[in-house]
Amino acid sequence: MTDNDTTPQDPSATAAASQLFAYAPAPESRAVVDLAPSYGLFVDGEFREAAAGKVFKTLSPATEEVLAEVAHAGEEDVEAAVRAARAAFGPWSALPGTERAKYLFRIARVIQERSRELAVLETLDNGKPIRESRDADLPLVAAHFFYYAGWADKLSWAGLGPDPRPLGVAAQVIPWNFPLLMLAWKIAPALAAGNTVVLKPAETTPLSALFFADICRQAGLPKGVVNIVTGDGATGAALVAHPDVNKVAFTGSTAVGRQIARTVAGTDKRLTLELGGKGANIVFEDAPLDQAVEGIVGGIFFNQGQVCCAGSRLLVQESVHDEVLDALKRRLATLRVGDPLDKNTDVGAINSAEQLARITELADAGEAEGAARWSAPCALPSEGYWFAPTVFTDVSQAHRIAREEIFGPVLSVLTFRTPDEAVAKANNTPYGLSAGIWTEKGSRILKMANRLRAGVVWANTFNKFDPTSPFGGYKESGYGREGGRHGLEAYLEHA
Amino acid sequence: MSTPETSRGRLAVLKTYKLYVGGKFPRSESGRVYEVTDGKGQWLANAPLASRKDARDAVVAARKAFGGWSGATAYNRGQILYRIAEMLEGRREQFAAEVAAAEGLSKAKAQAATDAAIDRWVWYAGWSDKLAQVVGGANPVAGPFFNLSTPEPTGVVAVLAPQRSSLLGLVSVLAPVLVGGNTAVVVTSRDAPLPALSLAEVLATSDLPGGVVGVLSGDTAEIARPLAAHQDVNAIDLAGAEGGLAAELEAAAAENLKRVLRPTAGPADWTADPGLERMTAFLETKTVWHPVGA
Amino acid sequence: MPTDAAPRDAGRGTLPDVTSSDAALRRFLHGLPGVDAVGLEARAAALGTRSIKTSAKAYALDLAISMIDLTTLEGADTPGKVRSLCAKGASPDPGDRTAPRVAAICVYPDMAATAKRALADAGADEVKVASVATAFPAGRAALSVKLADTREAVAAGADEIDMVIDRGAFLSGRYLQVFEEIREVKQSCGDAHLKVIFENGELATYDNIRRASWLAMLAGADFIKTSTGKVAVNATPPNTLLMLEAVRDFRTSTGRQVGVKPAGGIRTAKDAIKYLVLVNETAGGDWLSPDWFRFGASSLLNDLLMQRQKLTTGRYSGPDYVTVD
Repeated sequence: MTDNDTTPQDPSATAAASQLFAYAPAPESRAVVDLAPSYGLFVDGEFREAAAGKVFKTLSPATEEVLAEVAHAGEEDVEAAVRAARAAFGPWSALPGTERAKYLFRIARVIQERSRELAVLETLDNGKPIRESRDADLPLVAAHFFYYAGWADKLSWAGLGPDPRPLGVAAQVIPWNFPLLMLAWKIAPALAAGNTVVLKPAETTPLSALFFADICRQAGLPKGVVNIVTGDGATGAALVAHPDVNKVAFTGSTAVGRQIARTVAGTDKRLTLELGGKGANIVFEDAPLDQAVEGIVGGIFFNQGQVCCAGSRLLVQESVHDEVLDALKRRLATLRVGDPLDKNTDVGAINSAEQLARITELADAGEAEGAARWSAPCALPSEGYWFAPTVFTDVSQAHRIAREEIFGPVLSVLTFRTPDEAVAKANNTPYGLSAGIWTEKGSRILKMANRLRAGVVWANTFNKFDPTSPFGGYKESGYGREGGRHGLEAYLEHA
Repeated sequence: MSTPETSRGRLAVLKTYKLYVGGKFPRSESGRVYEVTDGKGQWLANAPLASRKDARDAVVAARKAFGGWSGATAYNRGQILYRIAEMLEGRREQFAAEVAAAEGLSKAKAQAATDAAIDRWVWYAGWSDKLAQVVGGANPVAGPFFNLSTPEPTGVVAVLAPQRSSLLGLVSVLAPVLVGGNTAVVVTSRDAPLPALSLAEVLATSDLPGGVVGVLSGDTAEIARPLAAHQDVNAIDLAGAEGGLAAELEAAAAENLKRVLRPTAGPADWTADPGLERMTAFLETKTVWHPVGA
Repeated sequence: MPTDAAPRDAGRGTLPDVTSSDAALRRFLHGLPGVDAVGLEARAAALGTRSIKTSAKAYALDLAISMIDLTTLEGADTPGKVRSLCAKGASPDPGDRTAPRVAAICVYPDMAATAKRALADAGADEVKVASVATAFPAGRAALSVKLADTREAVAAGADEIDMVIDRGAFLSGRYLQVFEEIREVKQSCGDAHLKVIFENGELATYDNIRRASWLAMLAGADFIKTSTGKVAVNATPPNTLLMLEAVRDFRTSTGRQVGVKPAGGIRTAKDAIKYLVLVNETAGGDWLSPDWFRFGASSLLNDLLMQRQKLTTGRYSGPDYVTVD
């Protein structure tokens, strides 16, 4: 402070200060994960090759490196897995709840013990930043098993009658965006309620489920209670269609959800679906703006926007539109896109070439339809699948980018003038999974929440998850709830 | 369990049993001890004979710990309670031996009681983040109002542990008080205090913050009277009050309207499904109203 | 920076409309966007997980040392103590002349002259003398006393004045009184720079801290400072992040840049680097200089020096290898 002139310093000097302070790469060690060259299916407590001997490769989306070969389950394998689950169902469901609880507590503890290994594995196979797999996915996975462990011996308190009964064999098909967390959401309540499961992980992210199989072994879980069949859409379809399955649980796209609903039509199978979304994040002029900007960023760029409940539509009140957009762009310029294993990375790789193509196509359509495209200034790696955080302004309800789920780091900005208009625009979609409200006025939060047709409404926060809190959609975002006491209902019969 | 000699003629090192107050293991402030014997009258140990001042110190520590324990997330409390079960399991043999000596049980029966006590901790640990979902909820009031009721802990609870079931009974009265977020001052069984004093060692090594539980051994009535009358104690569980003591303590507790859980009529069956009663007895219900409008 | 001495600043960095009356000022301050505490704290915590390594770390350690207002504010302070602190500030690591000097030595007004002389004797004229004033730390004195306190500190050689606001007036809503008091102290500073201390722990809410930040900046503060170091809650990552947002937004609105000084409770190199991350990612690189960011600290310096030695030698250092002053 030698001079009391208060103009900002010479820009070249301050740019130099920022550069000197540029964070050096801080990669998390890959050494904590011991990857085998190939993995089999986990059926009846053992790893085995697919009956037809088929395999597929799983890649690291950040580098396109082949991580491992994985068995590709066919109908015969699905048959074996369902048979194993059926055989295990009797003894498992007959165990006292206290004993099932203790198995689940063991699994939760082993997940906690191995959480760094699993976080690195998840980041390798999925492309998500290690900061998220380490600080969000894995703690939630362990917490989910803890929570449902506690329910296993308290089912009579779940509000489903004095003696609710398990359904039997659950066929569970999960997506690639939160591989292990979606596994936890499916397996923990199913097992707590006394069901046995056959789970099919996504084709592009099979590894953490197979590591979970090893955790079941360490926990001493009886064989056949959990079976993992890896493969593609055909594997999932065979599992869902299997006649000896009592329950189907699916998380994924609305299109596939519709197919599954048709498949189980006319059977006794119980079905829960957690599907797509086009969440509206509504920012009022009296919002806590700095936190709202963080919430917008977290709402759409968390997990590269590959989140079914992402706040992909920003509805901002016209009076603060410019202020919010300026702050948002300034903030997005600080996002660090790159190596997912770097602890400083905020935005990682898109999960697959196919998904990248889908995002690219929709973003191009947005531009073609006349919306204004802005991308954060960031260098993208040359290998792997990447998409820069992108914001579209001047978006109207008619644009594809305002209607279709992009499932990528692309935010569409729309405006509103009154609460009624915000509600009308937010609800004007076939989806109904999530919504966000930003205002300091409590009564407005509650009124808006009442009127929004969405299964989860976040106020002055976004993308919050907890095992005690039910999650699921209205309308074409699916039916049934996962998490909380309500999540048990999907796996129990009233009695 | 203290046997004076080991099988190979080596002289055993005996444990000095101490009180547990504020996360530390003091001797009684009074300097007194009393003789604890097994069912056959054989000497087991000298237990501290806690005084009213020890009771006062334990209440101060429990009050100090209340903010942190009640303010912890339910998930966090559940993790800690489950950790206690893990540590108990690790000392299963020790507890089974202490229970056998304390209650005059066969090895198998003492083992079964110990196992049941561990499983009960696990059962209660699981309640921490479910209680509000079962006993709380949204109320559909007739008006534009959000209305939500949630349970909250009462505060500092004095717990008179059952006189006969030295571990299973103790766990069955202590865990439900803790799971809701209360802190506790436990008065052990008079004649069978050793499992409780050993349990304190488990609590001290399970990430449970100091002061959340105080454990006092000695004459039940002598310690319970000041606790029942204490103005900074919010509730009292009279499970271990026998004869006319329960009524006397309940009357004393009326002064600051302590919540009182009376002892069962006749001998208690600690192996039965406990239900919610021992948890809800020490919970308040808080209802929040908020207008709903644009 | 009195306005008559620096006419180029007249009207700059001020919003005359909003300070025309108590009512106008209140409306303005209460019209600032609210702060959601959970979101603010989550953001500060997330930035705290940034990992700083190798060359960036070496740069950050030296930058942090150069930003320290090396402080002694004890009733037991003596000229000997102050001289020894000045020697330390002038030459933090006697074994390594490449270690930078601190930004300033921060003392009570009656020690300002001693500090000034000691720094001159050490050939460390570029190290500033900062003096607390205005009846620090409580600020409970008549305005005339506070102004006299300020003038005497400046006369004794203080280059910078760290004043405390009247928290009582602020909390009871007499914003214009606080505003005027800061303006008058600023005038009494002459050429000395003014840092305005809020005592965030007493303001208690984040909304209050945001309002106090704008109030002080409007009144002419060169720096806004979290706390005195004398109460239970001093600088925290969230309250500092909030003040960094305020100086960022104030520059956007008025064109005037104001510095930030967290003080109290920052003891380790790891903590200091977390604060630099907050600066870098919130206000930006323009603030990454001792001209715009300071640490009010005492024991922090030795931890920074030990970390610096670790980077140089590859071995963990210990308290026997840094000087105790």
